[in-house]
Amino acid sequence: MLLWIIKNQLGNWAQAQSFMPTQGTEIAKSVDSLYTFLLYASLISCILVIGGMMYFAVKYKRKSANDKTSYISHDTRLEIIWSVVPLVIFLLVFAWGWVIYHDMRTMPKNALEIQVTGMQWAWTAEYKNGVKSGEVVVPVNQNVKLILTSTDVIHSFFIPSFRIKQDAVPGRYSAIWFKAEKLGEFQVFCTEFCGTSHSNMMTKVRVVSQADFDKWLTEEADSGSLPLAVRGEKIFNNRCISCHYSDKDMVKIGPSLYKLFGKENHEMDDGTVVTADENYLREAILYSQAKVVKGYGPRSVMPAFQGQLAEKEVVALIEYIKGSK
Amino acid sequence: MAHAADGSNYINAEKGLMSWFTTLDHKRIGILYFVSVMFFFLIGGIAALLLRGELFSYNAASNVGEILKNGDVYNQVLTYHGAIMVFMVIIPGIPAILGNFFLPLQIGAKDVAFPKLNLASWYCLMLGAALAVATMFTTRVDTGWTFYTPYSIRSGTAVSMMVVAAFIMGMSSILTGLNFIVTVHKLRAPGMTMHRMPLFVWALYSTAIIQVLATPVLGITLLLLVMERTFGVGIFDPKLGGDPVLFQHFFWFYSHPAVYIMILPAMGVISEIITTFSKKVIFGYTAIAYSSLGIAAVSFFVWGHHMYVSGQSELAGTIFSFLTMLVGVPTAIKMFNWVSTMYKGSVEFRSPMLYAMGFIFLFAIGGVTGVILAVLALDVHFHDTYFVVAHFHYVMVGGTLMAIMGGFFFWFPKMFGKMYSETGARLSWVFIFVGFNVTFFPQFILGAMGMPRRYFDYLPVYQPLNRISTVGSWLIAAGFLIALYTIINGLLNGKKAPMNPWGAKTLEWQAESPPIVHNFDFEPVVTAGPYEYK
Repeated sequence: MLLWIIKNQLGNWAQAQSFMPTQGTEIAKSVDSLYTFLLYASLISCILVIGGMMYFAVKYKRKSANDKTSYISHDTRLEIIWSVVPLVIFLLVFAWGWVIYHDMRTMPKNALEIQVTGMQWAWTAEYKNGVKSGEVVVPVNQNVKLILTSTDVIHSFFIPSFRIKQDAVPGRYSAIWFKAEKLGEFQVFCTEFCGTSHSNMMTKVRVVSQADFDKWLTEEADSGSLPLAVRGEKIFNNRCISCHYSDKDMVKIGPSLYKLFGKENHEMDDGTVVTADENYLREAILYSQAKVVKGYGPRSVMPAFQGQLAEKEVVALIEYIKGSK
Repeated sequence: MAHAADGSNYINAEKGLMSWFTTLDHKRIGILYFVSVMFFFLIGGIAALLLRGELFSYNAASNVGEILKNGDVYNQVLTYHGAIMVFMVIIPGIPAILGNFFLPLQIGAKDVAFPKLNLASWYCLMLGAALAVATMFTTRVDTGWTFYTPYSIRSGTAVSMMVVAAFIMGMSSILTGLNFIVTVHKLRAPGMTMHRMPLFVWALYSTAIIQVLATPVLGITLLLLVMERTFGVGIFDPKLGGDPVLFQHFFWFYSHPAVYIMILPAMGVISEIITTFSKKVIFGYTAIAYSSLGIAAVSFFVWGHHMYVSGQSELAGTIFSFLTMLVGVPTAIKMFNWVSTMYKGSVEFRSPMLYAMGFIFLFAIGGVTGVILAVLALDVHFHDTYFVVAHFHYVMVGGTLMAIMGGFFFWFPKMFGKMYSETGARLSWVFIFVGFNVTFFPQFILGAMGMPRRYFDYLPVYQPLNRISTVGSWLIAAGFLIALYTIINGLLNGKKAPMNPWGAKTLEWQAESPPIVHNFDFEPVVTAGPYEYK
């Protein structure tokens, strides 16, 4: 009974009290229960220490310069008590935290595996059938294991609603797992400092039903038979839309791609002028530092998509950009 | 005790700027440190205000109302704020200013054991600091003060120069530590047994042990980083067969004990202030003295708690979490002892005492949130969010900086022989204490909500709390300006300070205000403990 209360009720209630984000997994609930316990323990400790200090300060306020004070040098029994009691509480929360951490670190068998790669400054999720996506799309109520790595510097994959986080380290693999219980989109941050655009290195985990997930995965894999511009639009919505507009002439994080194709006096940051043709777009996508648009230099914050996009994907993307007018 | 026959003291004994730059007097070296560290604090503080100003609004998309031009500039300001405050303000802060000045006085010595080494350590700090500040005029450093690899290897900025600067400043820290250890062992006055030393001396002694043992590890690590950047030796970069996580192990092996270099001396200052302004013997002298040594010892074995999500094994994480819990105990003991010292005392709310009580208030919050972060499952969520930022500012600023201010107002009459305006000092406390909470408490909530640290821009949902935080930073700035005015005004117009304005019992109050060159007219003989208020 008590366990049930701790497991279900306390967790829900805890979230409402502690400013923690939505609880997207079972583990998030157990983390919040422990957090709530510690918040209350902390509050009580602070009241005892700070309250005690203020009470003594007022009660024993100096009345005259000749006040006599008690000579109390120590009290062994009291000192043992206030050493042992915190120690016991500390060891309790240590053990409690370990149990939950052990669940976080124990990868379930039969999990859906997704390879997630960080690069400055974007995430790429790659599925077993070869589909690549900027968002991590997963089915609800199924164990999902993300295998993390990085192509350049250290990044960290953090899903606040799932209360999990793991560094993506170049040259090695690390992993996290979760079982999402709610449909919807959940924010992902990069939490290891990685340079210029660290604070824009965000994506979403999109939790969908199993049927929708299967449909999405097949559609993404089959998109080869769709018209080129439609495929391009999909890639744009997946990879580019967080920084570029394609339907209006406005700055998002990068410059707008609206009516870009064919522009003849396209000014670069180093003063040169280029024509926005196919070769320019290809270079801009794959090697973002090669030619940086005026006002966005000298170093572009755009990731270089070389090795991230297949040749036919680049072609599709260019076709879509051509049509943005 | 009579005044020195000719009325001379350490300030007026010699004249001219050169007499300061070549001085071997520990008190004058303390003043040199004071002036330079306050200057660095000003630079680091301006950087902090710029960061908070930038975070007043989310705006990267619209480029409206930005203070800093872009993410690169923000990252540079963030790096200088962190590196300056850690290496040039908080680490040298209390030991080099107050420690240099009062350690010999408190144990009844004429000076530290190696006066020339003492001056050399100041020049090391200045050389390192000059190099560090010089990087601002080159390509600038944007790695954060932690220099994590492989970012710091690839970053096309003046990282090597900055790292060499930190190496040289580390030298300064080692020399000071070495000097203090020898001074404590060899130069105590007759009758000043180890167990009669003031608790500030115990704290400095524990700190010195960490400085001497841990700082060389940072030095070696930073040199390896320079080797890798300059010669391409593959130690940390996976592209060259190195291991980037190894750097984190090396770095935190120093930098975790370093946080105790920052806080232990502060705890020593607080012990002195609480007992003086409660007019009562300190409660649990032995426990406080040995808990400093205990913290120093355990601090070497907890570095992995910075790396729960770095990819280190579950077993390693578990052991580090367990050991971190053990550090909590001696820290809690100190807090209980200070509060108990006030029990049945005679508490006077002078400005140093207000700062000390502010310390206990803020350190209590910093302490309990430290326990929360030590818990494995919780740290996975809080790691690298604003919760961590709030926590370490509560212990480093709420702790160390409050102690620096408290200690400074406590010993000001002794250092300069003048009294400052009590009203000004109290007013500065109000602004700093209130402003601090307004700035950093909302950051706990931001962290719980998931806002990552070192973000140039953030999601709109985080804006209201960020605004409160930024307003708080202005209050803190106002508080320090008031304190600066109070200090300058006290130096220029202050009344002459008596020898012992607070009725304190430790030896430095037996010296003149300000002390003569050799500290005491006679060699003090100690016959009792440091806090015999009977």
